[in-house]
Amino acid sequence: MMASTNQTARTEGGRIKALVAWIDDRFPMTKLWKEQASEYYAPKNMNFWYYFGSLAMLVLVLQILTGIFLTMNYKPSAAEAFGSVEYIMRDVDWGWLIRYMHSTGASFFFIVVYLHMFRALLYGSYQKPRELLWIFGMLIYFALMAEGFFGYLLPWGNMSYWGAQVIVSLFGAIPYVGDSLTEWIRGDFYISDVTLNRFFALHVIAIPFALVFLVIAHLMALHEVGSNNPDGVEIKKVKGPDGIPLDGIAFHPYYTVKDMVGVGVFLILFCLVIFFGPTMGGYFLEHANFEPANALQTPPHIAPVWYYTPFYAILRSVPNKPLGAALMGVAVVLFVFLPWLDRSKVKSIRYRGPLSKFFITAFAISFLALGYLGMQPVTPTYTMAARVFATVYFAFFLLMPWYTSIDKTKPVPTRVTYHAH
Amino acid sequence: MTEEVDTGRRHFLTVATVATGAVGAAFVAVPFLASWRPSARAKAMGAPVEVDVSKLEPGAMLKVEWRGKAIYVVSRTPQMLEAIKGHDDRLRDPGSNESEQPAFAKNPARALKPEYLVVAGVCTHLGCAPLDKFTPGDATVSADWPGGFFCPCHGSKFDLSGRVFKDVPAPTNLVVPPYRYLSDTRILIGAETGNG
Repeated sequence: MMASTNQTARTEGGRIKALVAWIDDRFPMTKLWKEQASEYYAPKNMNFWYYFGSLAMLVLVLQILTGIFLTMNYKPSAAEAFGSVEYIMRDVDWGWLIRYMHSTGASFFFIVVYLHMFRALLYGSYQKPRELLWIFGMLIYFALMAEGFFGYLLPWGNMSYWGAQVIVSLFGAIPYVGDSLTEWIRGDFYISDVTLNRFFALHVIAIPFALVFLVIAHLMALHEVGSNNPDGVEIKKVKGPDGIPLDGIAFHPYYTVKDMVGVGVFLILFCLVIFFGPTMGGYFLEHANFEPANALQTPPHIAPVWYYTPFYAILRSVPNKPLGAALMGVAVVLFVFLPWLDRSKVKSIRYRGPLSKFFITAFAISFLALGYLGMQPVTPTYTMAARVFATVYFAFFLLMPWYTSIDKTKPVPTRVTYHAH
Repeated sequence: MTEEVDTGRRHFLTVATVATGAVGAAFVAVPFLASWRPSARAKAMGAPVEVDVSKLEPGAMLKVEWRGKAIYVVSRTPQMLEAIKGHDDRLRDPGSNESEQPAFAKNPARALKPEYLVVAGVCTHLGCAPLDKFTPGDATVSADWPGGFFCPCHGSKFDLSGRVFKDVPAPTNLVVPPYRYLSDTRILIGAETGNG
C-alpha cells in the first residue's frame, strides 16, 4: 500500500489519490459520497415535480447564510429592533440585498415546500415504506412554520407585534392552563422586549439546529428506502445482474446536473422578486410592518403572511375560540396521518381512480381558496365561504380511508414509464 | 463464581441507571423552564397607573397603557347608557357570569360609576385591540348595531359595556381591570386598594 502510493505520488493526480486514500483510512469520505450520490440509484423517470426537494435545500442554505449576516447588525431589543432593521436597509453596504434575500427566501421556502408536499400527495410518496420519511418531512414543515413565526416578530413592526399577539393568544384557548401558558411563552404580561429576545434565540439557534438535524434524518430515510417516482413503482424490485435497479440511474451526475437547471431557473425567479418586488405588493412583507410595533393600536386589517393563511382562515371561520384553535391545529397535523388514512393499493395518481382524482383536486382548490380568504377582511360572505372550503379540506383527509378503498384503480406496470431522449 | 453474565443483574442496573438519569434530567429541566416565567423586573413594571378623566368629553374614549395593554376609559353619555339596555338576548354573557371583572363590575354597566367605563382594550378572542364604534347603526358593523366595540381581526362584537355578542369568535366579555377612584376624576388602574 505505502509503496504503490509513493510510486504514483509523482504525478498530480497521484497526489490527490493519495490524499483521498489518507482521508478514507480515517473518515468514510468516499464511502459516503458513493452511498449518497454517485451510487445512489434514483428512478430515471423523475419529472418536474422532483426539483423542489433540492431547491428546498438550496433555500435552507441561503436562509442560514443571509441569517448569519443579518444577526451581525440586528439588535434583538424592543427599543432597537425596528431601527436596526432600517439601519441594515439604509446604511449597511448591501444590507438591503441580504435582508431582502432573507425575507423573500422565507416566502420562497414555503412555495417550494408546499410544491414538494403536493408532489408527495400526487404520487403517494408517503405510502409504505416511506412513512418515516414523510413524518420527518412533516416535522421539517412544523419547524419551518415555527421558524417563520419567530422570525416574523424580529423586525418589530406593528404587524410583527400583533401577529405574535394573536398566535400566542391561541394557547390561551387551552382549558385551565391557557392563561399561565401564554404568560410563560411571552415571559411578560404582554408581547414585550422579553418576548422579542427569546424569539430571537429560538429563531437563530434552537429551530435552525432542529431543522438541519431533521433535514439530515429526512435524507437518510430517503436514501435508505429509495426515491418514489411518478409511476409509484418500486424500482428496487427489478434489478440487473449487477444488483443495480434497471430503472435507476446514479444520482450523481444525472440528477445533480438536472437539479442545477432547476437551481438556475429558481434563482432567476428569486432575483426578479428581490430586485423588482421584494414586498410582492404586501404579500411577502406586509405594509403594516413598515411602522414600528405599537401595543395600543392594532393594524386596521390583520392577517398573517400568506403561507399561514389557509389555516388562519379555518381558525376564524369557527365562532368558538377553543374549537377554532383546535381545528386549526388539527388541519396542520392531519398530514402526518396520511400514510394510514390512504388505503389505496396504488401510489401514483396516474393509476388511481376518479374519486381520488376528484378529492385531491378539491383539496388543492380549497387550500388555495382558504389561503386567499385568510388574507381578506372578515365579512359574512367570506366567513361562509371559508366554512365551505374548510369542510372540503377536512373531507379530503377524513373520507380518505373510504374513497381510496372503494376507488377503481388501473393496473400498475412493473417498470417505470420512460421514453429515451 | 461462574463465567456467565448475570443478565438479570445487568438489566436491573440498566433500568435503575436510566430511571435515575431521567429523574435528574427532569430536575435540571426545572430551572430552564422556570427562566421563561415573567422576571422580577417584568412583574415590578406591572404596577398600577393613574389616569385623570376631568378633560374627557362625554361620549369620548381615552387609552391608558397598563401592563403593555391598552385600557379604554369611556365617558358614557346618558344615551350611551340607554344603549346598553334591551339587547340581552343577543349577548352571550349578559350577566357577566363567565367573564373576568372585579366584583363591583358584575352588573349591566360593568363599572364602579356607570358614566365611566374602564375596560381592557384586548379582545378576549386572540388579543387584538377592538375599535370604538359608538354610533348606533354604524354602517361598517351592522344596521341593528346598538353601538359598542368591534374587533377588526376576527369580527368579534361587544356592546357599550364591553359585553360580547353571540355568534362571534370571542368567548367572554371584555376584561374589566381592577381599579378604584382616587377622587371624582382620578382613577387608579391596576389595584382596587391603595394608592399604587
